[in-house]
Formats: sequence, structure tokens, C-alpha cells
Amino acid sequence: MPPVDTPLLAATGISKRFGGLAALTNVSITVQRGEIFGLIGPNGAGKTTLFNVLTGLYAADAGELTFDGRHIGGLKPYRIAQHGIARTFQNIRLFGSMTSLENVMVGQHARTHAGVLGAVLRTRRTAAEERAVTQRAHELLDYCGLAARANALARDLPYGDQRRLEIARALATEPKLLALDEPAAGMNATETGALQTLLERILADGVTLLLIEHDMKLVMGLSHRVAVLDYGEKISEGEPAAVQRDPKVIEAYLGGPLV
Amino acid sequence: MIVAGNHPLRWTAWVAVALLLLAAPFLVEAVLGRAWVRIADVALLFIMLALGLNIVVGFAGLLDLGYIAFFAVGAYSYALLASPQFAVHWPFLVLLPLGAAAAALFGILLGGPTLRLRGDYLAIVTLGFGEIIRVFLNNLNRPVNITNGPQGITLIDPLQVGGFSLAQTHSVAGLTFSPVHNYYFVFLACAVLSIVISLRLENSRIGRAWVAIRDDELAASAMGINTRNIKLLAFAMGATFGGVAGGLFASFQGFVSPESFHLIDSIMVLCMVVLGGMGNVAGVVLGAVLLTALPEALRYIGPLQQRWIGEVLVDPSDLRMLLFGLALVLMMLFRPSGIWPARRRTAVPAAAGAVEKSRATR
Repeated sequence: MPPVDTPLLAATGISKRFGGLAALTNVSITVQRGEIFGLIGPNGAGKTTLFNVLTGLYAADAGELTFDGRHIGGLKPYRIAQHGIARTFQNIRLFGSMTSLENVMVGQHARTHAGVLGAVLRTRRTAAEERAVTQRAHELLDYCGLAARANALARDLPYGDQRRLEIARALATEPKLLALDEPAAGMNATETGALQTLLERILADGVTLLLIEHDMKLVMGLSHRVAVLDYGEKISEGEPAAVQRDPKVIEAYLGGPLV
Repeated sequence: MIVAGNHPLRWTAWVAVALLLLAAPFLVEAVLGRAWVRIADVALLFIMLALGLNIVVGFAGLLDLGYIAFFAVGAYSYALLASPQFAVHWPFLVLLPLGAAAAALFGILLGGPTLRLRGDYLAIVTLGFGEIIRVFLNNLNRPVNITNGPQGITLIDPLQVGGFSLAQTHSVAGLTFSPVHNYYFVFLACAVLSIVISLRLENSRIGRAWVAIRDDELAASAMGINTRNIKLLAFAMGATFGGVAGGLFASFQGFVSPESFHLIDSIMVLCMVVLGGMGNVAGVVLGAVLLTALPEALRYIGPLQQRWIGEVLVDPSDLRMLLFGLALVLMMLFRPSGIWPARRRTAVPAAAGAVEKSRATR
């Protein structure tokens, strides 16, 4: 085990270009165990690109990624998920034709083992695993306030429930780090409040959170530390209050210094 | 599956269905004639094929237009090793698994290079693959004669255990079991097995991973699913069904030639899956039965014209394909998700609490 004081996630000097567009330039962030780390910045700043690099959807052109003491740069997304990074998507990507329960069951794929033979012969071990997976999925739905929606198809869920189902599904992978890409997008004030409570609870249960969010009240209220991206570069990092006063941040968001 | 009702009633229903299926070849022969028993045999083979393709297309969402190639691989594996072609006569208990394994291998060979393809692009490549296999079978008679080319392979051994051959007529308890009857029971057993395997896979970790990949491959990989292996597994599993069905087909016909494995046959199996209800095992079975029986039934249009109008106005073979095409078009217009559409299951047993009605899908 790596010592506890090493950061959970360290991204160093990450760069990513798409043709002539520098989506990320030399970005470094470190996320400590047990914190909520906020990632903010104007639209197109590169937040989601950084997420995609962290979770293996994109390969970085340069830079290093260390997670929980292991190098994870260049690994396939499913390997990174197995190592303990789970994510949600900005544009919800649930398995629409499956029920909420099944979505969460799929999330447990990497932590379970049943193969074709076990399923076809319905061995005792497979049956036991299947029961455990179902049980766990119900618990996670309950945890995220979706118990009543277990048998509804994911695509039929209201928007806010879909966002929470993505969180439940991500938690099913038993992550050490949960990366949330705009979880509050499109939510009303009540739903955002419930989300905040949920995220605090997830943190209290030992999962570190990395949060992209445009709802400033939410992200500033929740995060222990915040990094700000603008045009693919990190322009500021620190505690929320300090970042909010940073002239560079104000300029990035408002297009010029406040007089 | 979604079978409601109390247990005794359910059991009675199952027993009734089983008895009906066992009596079917005799009932069919009595009412429609022996030709229809043969059609029933073919329908059972197509059930196996359609269920295999359903794993690839229905569960995993990978459009495969060359599926009949796996049927061909199974058929030729059997034909080559149980015929005078090489003067070897291996027992079917060896050849059927061998054919399944060979087909699975070809499934992986097809799946490997096409992992990054989806939809139209995958369809084109698989279509090419199906044709390649057929062209190979057609031409592997020179310089060394392996497949006997377009002439095909004849005198293939029937299924036999000891001295009991399925190609002979047997009399048991006053019932006459002609070859078509014998094969019916073997095919029925295999088809039922295919159904059970399909249903169990669907409700398993692997089956859910397939559907997850179908719904959203990127999200599936982000959830820790090794999409490459799971997709290859779908190709291999689907091909296995085709390989077994192919071996049975070869033994049943006693003759195989490349002519049986055209693109139109792949499309036919695909139609069974799509028309019946992609992803729904019961629908796919229904599709296979209907699409085997319908073209045969339409043959009677000729005689009917003769009887009612006094002359044959339209050539039945023309009308047959016309009506068949029309049926497909109408189906897709009025029931685009199949006769019996897939409905993801309601709650899974055990821990599941109150079972709420799942809404119809698609």
C-alpha cells in the first residue's frame, strides 16, 4: 500500500491537442484522499478533456498520471475503472434500455466474475454472486434515493433521477475516486440541494470526489480546493474563497478586470 | 421471462406445451403431410441459428450480415470428417463440438479485426466475410481437393449411435418414426437447449455487459467492462450456435454445397431476428418459425388459384417472394420493433422488493 499521505491522484504536465487546438497545456492537479476537488472554468476550458484523459478515454500527448501509487497513463478506460476511478458524464450516458437496477448491476461488472459457463449451468457460485449483485444494486439505489425507481427503464427516468442513477452506477464500481462531470446541470434548486447532501454523504463514506460544476454556489460550497482552467491552462488553484478573489479567474469569467 | 400466474397452473401449461411439441411431428404429418414435418425440422434449425445471431445483433448490438458463414463452417466441418470425401467417419459426438469450436474460432477471427466498427461499417465487413467463406468453399477443390467445390459433399453420415441411425425408419409402440421424425426430436432438444442457454445468458453478468455495450459502448468501458473481450465473446457464442446448427444440417441433408450459404441466407436469419423482436428470445423463436413456414405456405397459392379461378394467373414462385417482401415491409411499418418486442425484465428475484410493472420498451 502506498503511504496515506501521498495524493490519491496526481496529474503532472498533462497536454492534449486536437489537431491545431491545444485543449490542455501542461496542466497539473493533485487530489488528496478524502477531499472534494473542484474543477471549474468557462465553457471550452478543457475540463471535460481533462476528465477524459484521467479516465482513459483520451490518451494524453504529454504528462504523467499517478493514481493511488500506480501509473495509469495510457491505460484503457476499463482498466482505470478497475483501479478505482469512476465517472459520470456531462451528457448523461446511461444504458437506456435497461432498468435502473440493471444499470447499477452493470456497474459491478469489474468486481464480479461470473462467466458464460457459470451462467449457463447456473452454478451455486454464480447464483450466489447474482443475488449479492442484485442486493448491492438495491442498496445503492436506495443510497441515491432511487429505491422506488428500481424497475423503471433508465431512459424513462426524469432528468434529475438520471443524474443520480449515473452516480449510483459509478459507485457500484467501488471507486476510490468519483469524478462527476457537471452533476447539477439542469437541476432545480431543490434537486441541487439533495445532490449536495448526497455528495457529502459519499465523501463521508470514504470516496474522494473530483467535481466539474458550473453551479458556483454548489462547487464553492462543497469543494475543499478548486482548480480553474481557461483555454486549456490552469490559471488558478487553491481554496474556494481565495480562488474567487483571484483577478485571473475574474478576468477569465468576466472577460476583463472589474473596475 | 415474464410468466405470471400461480405455480400449478404454470406447470400444467409447461407440460401441455411439452406434450404438444413431442406430438407435433405426428399431428403435422396427419394434417399437412410429411413435407411439413421436414419444414418443422428446418424451422428448428433456424431457431438455433436465429438465437445465435440474436446474441450478436440483439444482445450486443453488432450488426452481422455474414452470419451464415458460421453455419457453413459447422456444416463443412461435419461434412468433411463424416463422409467419403476424406474417407473418414468420425462420430457426431466429436464432430458437433468440433464444428462449434471451429465456428467459434472463425467468430473470433471475424470479431478481432472489426472491434472498432459499428453499424453500417460492421455490416459491410461481415457481409464480405460471409462471402469470403462461401467463395473459399466454392474454390477449395484445386489444386488440392478439399471441399469438392461447387459439387459439394455428398453421402454425409447421418447421426447415429451404435447401430441406431436416424436416417432409417424405426417402429416404436405402433408409431412409425421416419428420418424426418427422428431428426425432429434431436433438433427439438437442441433448439430447447439453445433457448435455455440464451435465456440464462441474457440474465447474467455477461448478458448485461452485452446490452450495456449495445446501449453505450463508451459508458460500458468506463464502468470497467473490457469491451474488446465481451464483444469477441458475443461473436464466439453466436458462432457456436451456428456451428452446431451447421453440423446438424449436414447430417440431416446428407449433402452440403456452397449454394446453401449465400448472402440471402444471412439476411433471412437476420430477418427472423429483427422481425421476431431483436433481443427477445421468445420473439426470435417466433420469427424463425414464421419465416420458415411462411414462404412454404405461400407455395399453395398456385394450386389455390387453379382451384378457385381455374387457371394459374400468377406464378406462385414470383408471388411468393412478392408477398414475403410485402409482409416484411408491413411488419416494419406497423411493428418496427418486431412482432414480440424485447422488454427488459422486471425485477430480478431474491432481494427484489415489490415488483412494479416494467414499461414496454422501444
